[in-house]
Amino acid sequence: MSEHAIEAVGLRRTYRSRTGWLRPQRREVQAVRGVDLTVGNGELFGLLGPNGAGKTTTIKLLNTLLIPTAGEARICGFDVVRQTREVRRRIGYVFGGDRGLYDRLSARDNLRYFAELYGVPGREQKRRIAELFELVRLTGRENDRVEGYSRGMRQRLHIARGLLHRPRVLFLDEPSIGVDPVAARELRQTVADLAATGTTVLLTTHYMAEADELCGRIAVIANGALQALGTPAELRHHADGRQVLEVEAYGVSDAQLALIHTLPGVREASVVVTGAAQVLTVQSDAGVDVQADVLRALDGVRLGRVTARRPTLEDAYVAIVNRVDAQARPAEAVGV
Amino acid sequence: MIAVGALLHAKQLSRSPFEIATALIVPVVQATLAVYLFRAGGEPGRLLEAAVGAGLMGIWSSVLFGSGGAIQNQRWQGTLEMIMLAPRPPALVVLPITLATALTGTYAMLATLAWGRLLYGIPLTFADPLAFAVAVPGCIIGLGMFGLLLASTFVLLRNANALTNTLEYPIWLVSGMLIPITALPGWTGPIGAVLPTTWGARAVREAATGSGPVWPSLGICLAISLACLALGALMMTHVERRARAAATLALA
Repeated sequence: MSEHAIEAVGLRRTYRSRTGWLRPQRREVQAVRGVDLTVGNGELFGLLGPNGAGKTTTIKLLNTLLIPTAGEARICGFDVVRQTREVRRRIGYVFGGDRGLYDRLSARDNLRYFAELYGVPGREQKRRIAELFELVRLTGRENDRVEGYSRGMRQRLHIARGLLHRPRVLFLDEPSIGVDPVAARELRQTVADLAATGTTVLLTTHYMAEADELCGRIAVIANGALQALGTPAELRHHADGRQVLEVEAYGVSDAQLALIHTLPGVREASVVVTGAAQVLTVQSDAGVDVQADVLRALDGVRLGRVTARRPTLEDAYVAIVNRVDAQARPAEAVGV
Repeated sequence: MIAVGALLHAKQLSRSPFEIATALIVPVVQATLAVYLFRAGGEPGRLLEAAVGAGLMGIWSSVLFGSGGAIQNQRWQGTLEMIMLAPRPPALVVLPITLATALTGTYAMLATLAWGRLLYGIPLTFADPLAFAVAVPGCIIGLGMFGLLLASTFVLLRNANALTNTLEYPIWLVSGMLIPITALPGWTGPIGAVLPTTWGARAVREAATGSGPVWPSLGICLAISLACLALGALMMTHVERRARAAATLALA
């Protein structure tokens, strides 16, 4: 057995597209720019990154759906390009969202079909399917058509489908996207149970709490390259020397946010809309009290609760990603 | 695996409101078209041939739109990546889909004959009912295998439906499904001769009207279809790799 479940060396992927016939325009996008990665057997590994960072492309390179432009990857010791079938026998792939299932078939028919495709022996299929319905807590709804399932139920069915052939490595690509908090908690429990049974899991997610709770190690990917790698505790160090101010507000404008960015001591500032309110998060140097300046910049805006706190994993993640953005921005500005 | 896959795909297809509506409307249109065409041509005695020809057109449409549409539907549903990820030869993964579309196409034949009988009073007196009962499924299986060859191009092309639309009418024309091949320009002959649709249509027509021996035509149809299956399997392996390189398995 290979020492590592997943190994990637210098993995690159460039998408090329062409539009127009008479005056064709070619476009190249470097989605993944040299990813090096190893994940041990039985490890639950997180891959975090903003939209378009290269998470899904990395997963698709590792699970054989895409061929790398350069570099190499091995799953359980098998090369993803040359030993595709060996790799596919050992992996499961689950992605988030509503797609990927046959809606007009029942959940049982879906699993039956994929069991056939993935070579689960006929005599074992019935038992295995029943086991999986139990595992993902869908017992009693097996014969319902998938089109009547909620997002959370679909997601759990996806996981059952991914596990039919007892894969040694499971790729979970944003499995909790769009799922309500209760369903998301159930999903996390299912993933934790899987890892406890020795399945290697590579999980991509936007949710820091999810990664923090589940993953032994996390890699942050941005702009197609790994920017940081370590345990959640190690990653938190990226926000060392900082403090965080959170302001609940109603009507922060882009100009005000830009002004806050320029205040002395401010490292990052972002606004997230939650319901009717906005939450302004300002990261600043630990030794500089920026609260008064920030509140002055928000003059005229209706404010709610104002809290100062220590940085979390999410703040560390924001710091890492924004550092990459800041490096990329000058290049974009000159149109390179 | 092929049988379970074909049945489940047929189940999925037959529950689609669009498929059901199409299956209800298209046979009526095609049967009407065929009957009036033959009546206008002063050949009312060949109305059964017209109904059978229209039924064959329905099967062909089902295979063509099914193979192209099914691959495209799999792409829209997000299941194309899932099925191509299976540790099986790609041809084995796609064949059940094309067989399922041919299977659902059987309805077109049955519906066209039924409409022909009910609306236009065409007597369903087949020259060789047994041969007809064998030729129709034989033709369907043959077209399903031909569908695999078509499907291989659809895996590669994200806008496969554009290709589908352009293939429907030319193929049923040169295959002589409705209009006799002899009425077409000479240069269409060699094209028609290599298409399994031509021989399948001929076998079904011969069984219905007794215009010739059924089995040689059906044999040639199945032989060409098997060759298409073999070629399709090779193509599919090649195309699957190209699709992974070109990133066309997913919608975006």
